[in-house]
Amino acid sequence: MRRRLLAIIRKEFIHILRDFRSLMIILLMPILMIVLYGYGITLDMRNIPFAVIDDSNTPESRALVRAFSDNGFFLLVPERITREDVQRVFSRRSAGMVLVIPADFAPSLSTAAVTRVQVLVDASDSNVGTFIGTYSTQVLRLFNQRRGAAPPALITLEPRILYNPDMKSAYFFVPGLIALLLILISALLTSITITREKESGTMEQILVSPIHPVEIIIGKVLPYVTIGFAIGALILVFAQLIFDVPMRGSLPLLSLMSTLYIFVSLSFGLLISTVSKTQMDAMFRTVMATILPTFMLSGFLFPIASMPLPLQAVSQALPATYFLVIIRGIMLKGTGLAELWPQAAILAGIGVFILAVSIRRFRMRLD
Amino acid sequence: MDNAITIEGYSKSYGAIKAVDGITLAVERGTLYGLIGPDGAGKTTTMRTLVTLLRPDAGTLTMAGHDVTKEVSVVRGITGYMPQRFSLYPDLSVDQNLSFFADLFGVPKHEVPARKERLYRFSRLDAFSNRLAGRLSGGMKQKLALSCTLIHDPEILILDEPTTGVDPVSRTEFWEILRELKAQGVTILVSTPYMDEALQCDQVSVMHAGRILASGTPASLIAAFPLAVFALYDRDLVLRAPEMLAVPGVHSVQAFGDSIHVTAAPDVVASALAGALAAALGREVTLTRIAPALEDVFIELVETPRHDS
Repeated sequence: MRRRLLAIIRKEFIHILRDFRSLMIILLMPILMIVLYGYGITLDMRNIPFAVIDDSNTPESRALVRAFSDNGFFLLVPERITREDVQRVFSRRSAGMVLVIPADFAPSLSTAAVTRVQVLVDASDSNVGTFIGTYSTQVLRLFNQRRGAAPPALITLEPRILYNPDMKSAYFFVPGLIALLLILISALLTSITITREKESGTMEQILVSPIHPVEIIIGKVLPYVTIGFAIGALILVFAQLIFDVPMRGSLPLLSLMSTLYIFVSLSFGLLISTVSKTQMDAMFRTVMATILPTFMLSGFLFPIASMPLPLQAVSQALPATYFLVIIRGIMLKGTGLAELWPQAAILAGIGVFILAVSIRRFRMRLD
Repeated sequence: MDNAITIEGYSKSYGAIKAVDGITLAVERGTLYGLIGPDGAGKTTTMRTLVTLLRPDAGTLTMAGHDVTKEVSVVRGITGYMPQRFSLYPDLSVDQNLSFFADLFGVPKHEVPARKERLYRFSRLDAFSNRLAGRLSGGMKQKLALSCTLIHDPEILILDEPTTGVDPVSRTEFWEILRELKAQGVTILVSTPYMDEALQCDQVSVMHAGRILASGTPASLIAAFPLAVFALYDRDLVLRAPEMLAVPGVHSVQAFGDSIHVTAAPDVVASALAGALAAALGREVTLTRIAPALEDVFIELVETPRHDS
């Protein structure tokens, strides 16, 4: 038993090391994705271009424009425009916001109780529109405070944002990406390694030997746990180096939990290989079954509580849902096993279930 | 009689397609047995069932007395199987491939070096032991594949068209190895599309459309051939086969390498046939009566529509 198992494991390692190019792709792809997502896809916005229609043209109005352009959120477009140009500016997307300062701005500031300025927002992307609206309100509040004109408030809300005080997207994305990449790559690795043997015909030779399906399956899974682990470690190191993502909890605990999650993902790949005949088929099924659900339904991007009930049920079945709670807890909050054991237990349960089904479904014959 | 392989009333279908239709066959221990037949005859299906990769729909199959559906692991342990498309791991070296199969089949560790040594000697692959299997020539790959199937000293070897696509020199070498194995007492069931290889078998069965049409020694099959064969050394005439077939007494017309074989009833005389053909074709025809070859037997069996069943 042990000898056949070791034979399969040894053979898989030779495959992995001989195919150096694939190994590099497997290891480098996560780094590329982390950089892409971390930099490219961010939910906070900077340097939103804005234009100004300044009918007042006074020191006061220019102070207001400076208040907008000096804080890093907005970037002034050096173009004089009139009211007729607004449509064109938005159509060309040369500005995301237009600030309209009325002619009576300066006198109104000193006399009237309320002075109105207009902020026109391109909300064709509603998310961006909301951001611009929020930022503009903040800029105006600051402007008022500086002029000593802030209205006295009875209750002041002073929120303190915990775990990610700067609301950095990377803190939010990196754990999610680790969850996504680990399941995608791990499932691909096992589903492809088994279907490759089916396709090339070598599976026929393995099957005629007195081997047990458990030996084939464990022998196929174990070598790839190491690869999955290496990928997880690489992502973590890069996330620290580039984005300063904190590691507040225990690293050994995170390693242990990641290994568990990798094992679940590899088993999932196995399950896919039992229904796929070719590598292409396996790849397609794996990508469909991992990327989209993990991205949309695991709580990576959208909170599960706000999903319709049927989708919540789906999310409860995803390994990534539990791993996300674990990894965010450990990395951002420093949570320990005392709080995370239910998630860990469910994850282990899912893994054992998938593995058992795969072994049962693994056919030792050709028909 | 000591049979290494027995097949009785074995049938196997894939959906609506009947791949094997109730065949019965026995292979005596220590014989080199050939299965010949065109593609789709059911040879591969039969072999896969013998090595426990497929389940028979009906019938009993045994390997060295062990039922292939009931004693799967015993059968797997005593059988060496080389599929039609034997795939080695191209990214493993010759030696690593051998080691892998030795481990897989549980060859005792201390015996592995000696077995490898022996297999290297007869396959002459020792000089290439560190070469990746993917970099071997076709003939060498085939010999490595055979070596991998032999590493656990199987009693019975099942070889599915082992020499298809291999150069003639390697084919000859390969068959020399098979005869050596046979001399050591291994029972070999081999399928082949080549008649020269079929001739080297002790016994052959001609398979077609899921049935066995004839079985026996190659010599007995040839001896039982009921027709006279005439060779016509004028290949251009092959285009006029329909006119020749219309001549009374002509049974079949087949292109054979550089000649055309015309079969007719055994009492037909060469000169009479030549005259009749010359009259039909409007040109002179020279032919000689020859002894039937195994290929004549094979073609006659496979191509003639069968009315009996």
